[in-house]
Amino acid sequence: MIKNLLSAGDLDRTDAIRILDTAEELLGVASRPIKKLPTLRGRTVVNLFFEDSTRTRISFEAAAKRLSADVINFSAKGSSVSKGESLKDTALTLQAMGADAVIIRHHSSGAPHRLAQAKWTNGAVINAGDGTHEHPTQALLDAFTMRRHLAKDGDGSLTGKNVTIVGDVLHSRVVRSNVLLLETLGANVTIVAPPTLLPVGIDHWPVETSYDLDSSLEKADVVMMLRVQAERMNASYFPSAREYSRRYGLDTARLNRLPDHAIVMHPGPMNRGMEITADVADHVRSVIVEQVTNGVAVRMAVLYLLLGGAADETTTDEATTDKDRA
Amino acid sequence: MVASDDAARADSSHAPARTVLDDQDISRALTRITHEILERNRDSAGLVLLGIPTRGVHLARRIARRMSDVEGRDIPAGALDITMYRDDLRLKPARALEHTEIPDDIDGKVVVLIDDVLFSGRTIRAALDALNELGRPKAVQLAVLIDRGHRELPIRADFVGKNLPTSLVERVKVSLDEIDDLDAVAIMGGQA
Repeated sequence: MIKNLLSAGDLDRTDAIRILDTAEELLGVASRPIKKLPTLRGRTVVNLFFEDSTRTRISFEAAAKRLSADVINFSAKGSSVSKGESLKDTALTLQAMGADAVIIRHHSSGAPHRLAQAKWTNGAVINAGDGTHEHPTQALLDAFTMRRHLAKDGDGSLTGKNVTIVGDVLHSRVVRSNVLLLETLGANVTIVAPPTLLPVGIDHWPVETSYDLDSSLEKADVVMMLRVQAERMNASYFPSAREYSRRYGLDTARLNRLPDHAIVMHPGPMNRGMEITADVADHVRSVIVEQVTNGVAVRMAVLYLLLGGAADETTTDEATTDKDRA
Repeated sequence: MVASDDAARADSSHAPARTVLDDQDISRALTRITHEILERNRDSAGLVLLGIPTRGVHLARRIARRMSDVEGRDIPAGALDITMYRDDLRLKPARALEHTEIPDDIDGKVVVLIDDVLFSGRTIRAALDALNELGRPKAVQLAVLIDRGHRELPIRADFVGKNLPTSLVERVKVSLDEIDDLDAVAIMGGQA
């Protein structure tokens, strides 16, 4: 198992399926009278958030607390970062306080990678979204949700499933992680977006691309709508919100053209009326709320697999005898 | 579960294996344990059988089947994964979780934990912790197929298939039809 989770591409098929299988077992913890496991007792997890977030931060916090870890929440607003402290000094401060894991969200692509590679912290680094680069735990929870709905009895992968991802691909870190993970798990991905919102170099992604949403609906097992990221839009990528929503929004008419088993996903937060209509967002086939529930289980699985075992794998041999006797 | 890990290693080193229980012996031991559990608790209504993965679960299912035959009604068996409660998690890389399945509310019930081999007692300690967070059973009892001694904690079994005195260098391998395609208990290693 890897030490840090920086990119969905770091996970091979075995690791990815292992995380999803572990999450499957941990999902049951939420329905117990005592929603807590003692596994990470005495470990410290730092939520290092340089960018606003509701669900990811709360989800990681809930996951860490359910595993009995101590959680320190850090947000850039109201911290020394606003006085000009660098990422390095912030990281060294956290290291001095003894963080076993740092969950980082940063507005710059590559910040988690820098944090892990520069050895500013000894703890595991988990990427909770960096710039327009990656958001691996979102991809894991999406794959987990797809698997629960579409591939319950399979070999744990998503082989042969057709996933259509629609919207602002250019600015989306969710889509980058999803494409990497879905390829690892064997799914076929179709990306639908206006030409202006497709990134340069998309020809090299293992996906099909299309400018037309209607043509890819009939064969889709999953439709994932991406948020139109108004805060990252500093140029006019499409003529008007109304035109975007007419051509690339998911409404009831389009929902009805999907196969009966297909599910609708959205990483949140949604712009109701823009990329998805309120009817579709609240439809029985929309699994958007379930994605949030699954997010906690998946993040518990990631924290457990990264932190739950021996910090140093070289101790394994001496420990074998002990384990045998348990 | 643990015993089989041992076995995999012992096999590769070509250690001599000595079969101590065959399929008939295992079957008789399980039948006796079934009756002992029923006799001790008088009634199957308040009983919940929980096996500890992986082989304990299969043993629990077999005992549940026998109990259903005797009592004439369906008695379910569950599974209780104890991985997250182990005291040696920090000594090894994180391991995969097993399935936990609690068939019934355990509050006020008599829970019978079932495992293949009782050794240091640490697995059972972890299982007791896990149970604690699932509810408050009226009593917890322990049934094992093999008790091989060498306890490191004050834990004993209520129902034992066979007491097997072993030395610490020996390994006990329990094979069950559901996983290993045969029923047998063997001792490996040592001066066999």
